[in-house]
Amino acid sequence: MENPYLPYPVRIDKIITETEDRNLKTFRFVFLNPKDEEKFSYTPGQFAELSIAGKGESPIGIASSPTEKGHITFTVNKVGLVTTHLHNMKEGDVMGIRGPLGNWYPWEEMEGKNVVIIGGGFAFTTLRSSIIYMLHPENRSRFKDISVVYGARNPGMLLYKDELAEWEQRDDIHMHITVDGTDDPDWKYNVGFVPTITEQKITSADDAIAIVCGPPIMIKFTQPVLEKVGFSPERIILSLEMRMKCGIGMCGRCNIGDKFVCKDGPVFSLAQLKNMPQEY
Amino acid sequence: MTEKIYTKEEWIKALSGLKSFYNIFVPVRDGDFHTFKALDEKKIPDFNFQNTRLSPKSLVYPQSERIFAYTLDEDTPDANIIKESEKDYSPKAVVGIRPCDAHAFQIVRPNFDNPEYQDPWWIQRYESTTLVGLGCNAPGSTCFCTSVGGGPFSEKGLDALLYDLGDTFLIKALTEKGEAFLENAQGGKEADDAALKAGEDLAAKAANKIEQKISIDKLKDKVQTELFDAPFWDDVAFACINCGTCTYLCPTCWCFDIQDEVLEKQGDRIRNWDSCMFPLFTLHGSGHNPRAKKVQRVRQRFMHKLKYYVDKYNNGVQCSGCGRCVRNCPANIDIREVCELMNRL
Amino acid sequence: MLEYVEKIRKTAGKLFEEDKVDVFIGYKKGSLPMMNQPVLISNADQVDLLHWDSNCGLNLCNYLTKRTDRIGIVANGCNSRNIVTHITENQISRDQLYIVGIPCKGMIDHRAVQRAVKQKEILAIEEQGNTFTVKGKDFEDTFNKNDYLQRNCLVCTHRNPVIFDEMVAPPVEEQIEVDTYKDVKQIEGMDPEKKWNFFTRIIDKCIRCYACRNACPLCYCPTCFVDESNPQWVGKSSDPIDTMTFHILRAYHCAGRCTDCGACERVCPVGIPMRQFTKKLNKDAQELFSWEAGLTLDQRPLLDVFQPDDYNDFIR
Repeated sequence: MENPYLPYPVRIDKIITETEDRNLKTFRFVFLNPKDEEKFSYTPGQFAELSIAGKGESPIGIASSPTEKGHITFTVNKVGLVTTHLHNMKEGDVMGIRGPLGNWYPWEEMEGKNVVIIGGGFAFTTLRSSIIYMLHPENRSRFKDISVVYGARNPGMLLYKDELAEWEQRDDIHMHITVDGTDDPDWKYNVGFVPTITEQKITSADDAIAIVCGPPIMIKFTQPVLEKVGFSPERIILSLEMRMKCGIGMCGRCNIGDKFVCKDGPVFSLAQLKNMPQEY
Repeated sequence: MTEKIYTKEEWIKALSGLKSFYNIFVPVRDGDFHTFKALDEKKIPDFNFQNTRLSPKSLVYPQSERIFAYTLDEDTPDANIIKESEKDYSPKAVVGIRPCDAHAFQIVRPNFDNPEYQDPWWIQRYESTTLVGLGCNAPGSTCFCTSVGGGPFSEKGLDALLYDLGDTFLIKALTEKGEAFLENAQGGKEADDAALKAGEDLAAKAANKIEQKISIDKLKDKVQTELFDAPFWDDVAFACINCGTCTYLCPTCWCFDIQDEVLEKQGDRIRNWDSCMFPLFTLHGSGHNPRAKKVQRVRQRFMHKLKYYVDKYNNGVQCSGCGRCVRNCPANIDIREVCELMNRL
Repeated sequence: MLEYVEKIRKTAGKLFEEDKVDVFIGYKKGSLPMMNQPVLISNADQVDLLHWDSNCGLNLCNYLTKRTDRIGIVANGCNSRNIVTHITENQISRDQLYIVGIPCKGMIDHRAVQRAVKQKEILAIEEQGNTFTVKGKDFEDTFNKNDYLQRNCLVCTHRNPVIFDEMVAPPVEEQIEVDTYKDVKQIEGMDPEKKWNFFTRIIDKCIRCYACRNACPLCYCPTCFVDESNPQWVGKSSDPIDTMTFHILRAYHCAGRCTDCGACERVCPVGIPMRQFTKKLNKDAQELFSWEAGLTLDQRPLLDVFQPDDYNDFIR
């Protein structure tokens, strides 16, 4: 019997400190058994449990794209017991990964449509996965225009800075990077909160689906902006966070109504959420 | 299927003999209440009981269970690699389980065994367990099994069923597992028509003795969010002290936590029962808690049992009507009353 | 008892009418015999829900913590002492409370009654002053209440409220010459190994449901030490060492604060006599510091103050 609780052993291949406060690091993992990589077949939007012997597990969105072979990456915010310990680990250390878990962004529905991606702070991880996935030569033609609004508190808090700069140069993706504020005179992108920049830059909902990931306050104020432009609740896609343990819908803690965020989510449309108890 | 009759002395003797085929668990008197214990020379099975204080769910799903083991010793090649712990799935028989508690395993099953994921420990232990039920001649005043799809002689989830006919036990095999159990049981004789008739009469009489009826018929058609926002939750929750008594005694509560414990360089990953009554259950690492308040947690317990489960599995309510939570809630929060409120809304 | 009920309802009604309270906390008759339920009412129309008899075992002080409204509350001796403790520990303010004092003659030990009727199912209970009658399907028994009191009530020396705004009846006679700590002395006489075995045995059925902790008005910490995960002080499995750690530490957190209200024992689903832990500390507090918890608002809690003549043999 396949044991869904048993993590695959992995080695930390590379650690990148992403933000100036050093609270966000990206971990690149390599599977100890190459066969496990095949089994770990995922789709952007899914997450996995990072599993550390002696400490426990933490559910984290997958930041790499299935088009990137040979490793998987996660960007981890230092908050609890497991993530704090992970931040103290070094390249070469062995731990576990369990997954992939949960559902994914509605790729089939998004096919042939304009895609609007809106991210704030450290919730940009599965959005990075999605962007890399869509920009891959094999996939790019499946989507129409791709627009990205991504904001952080200040330039030092942006994730994936090199890639952001690279995407800015491309003409097959419209980037709208913003910060809440900065005293950097050389800052060449936007200044302003994500909802404000969204209002300025995203002016059409025609044939479009929006994926929104960020802190609750950002989601709260971005939602009406999108609805005003004409996005119906079915076309606003959100990814939720919850305390989780099992990741497979059994341990009982991450439910919203009869849906488990770990198994039936974490991706829900606003239309779905409007019919669920407001308990998240 | 085999139907046999045993005198009570013969039955105890037969159980002793069955020990070479099964780990036999029987109700044993333990102070003020009964509890299931492994049959050995020192234990006297006592089938004269209402029900056990704790449900027998722990025989399939222990309160604490080591699921994985690992070493943190960097000098060993498999340091930090999490490995499955050895498990004992040798045959087990629970003799004297009440029909509500056997029904409860059926209610719980879709959580641990569904098309997407299978919980290896729950499933293997459940499958290696034979459930030999004991029909309830005199159901208690807090029993409401007949309202939730069971009954004092319900065969749901059972492999064999015992009828207490006074001096004798009538036992009927109900499944292959039950058949195998009876094949291994020494003594007894084939049940005659009189015994079978007596068993039937007993069952019919017992069902009529259940005075408690609760209505669950309208729960399915209710709108989840309307029940969630119902006005009665504050009143329902006021007296609750947020202990885990209801959830730990309940045969259909399955929530758990996973914890790592380390002694020097050796560690275990342990699965423990958890409870939606505890604030920690849903506390995020960030400090945010979607069910920080008592009323939210109390609502979750009842909504889960009487609405979310109903909507998710189309398998009735997540309650087998055993009445343990009714009798043992320190604050007298009574699921029968809450169910009426919900059904009536 | 019936006079008490009438008086409680009338008083609550009057408090609402005179707009002296926003809510009133008392007991209502439970859905099972020997099991009354704490209830909060918020207007005069609900006063007929209020009830009082010898089955009011949960400590109502539990429901006061950090409330911000004006509250009427019934309180017998031990509950009133917990209210005092709550006030001195800043969990509620005296100005918010209108305390309806109840002279108490003790609560019935439902487990002892169950034992007396050989665990047969009790369907009804009726009180007649000093006796009570329980009825089941095929039995009816009458008992003297004094023979079936909760163990804490048997040794209670504060049956009358120590703080109140009005009383429902004149004070009852206090029990004198009770040997409050007879059981503790027995345990004190054991050698360490025997003691350890004794305590190990009494908790061996514990299922870590925390009913004892949660029924206790003293346990109001926002995060209990057993729930703390960073650092994690206690393991969460049913390992006996962790269970013992929980019980011993819980008792120590009640040192100098416990009023021996008995709620912990009453609510335990598996019948653990955990007062054996707390009573030893009560005895120490009394012998070493002449202290009984919750008797007056004028004194700071025992472990909150230092006096030069305090017992200090433990410093060497």
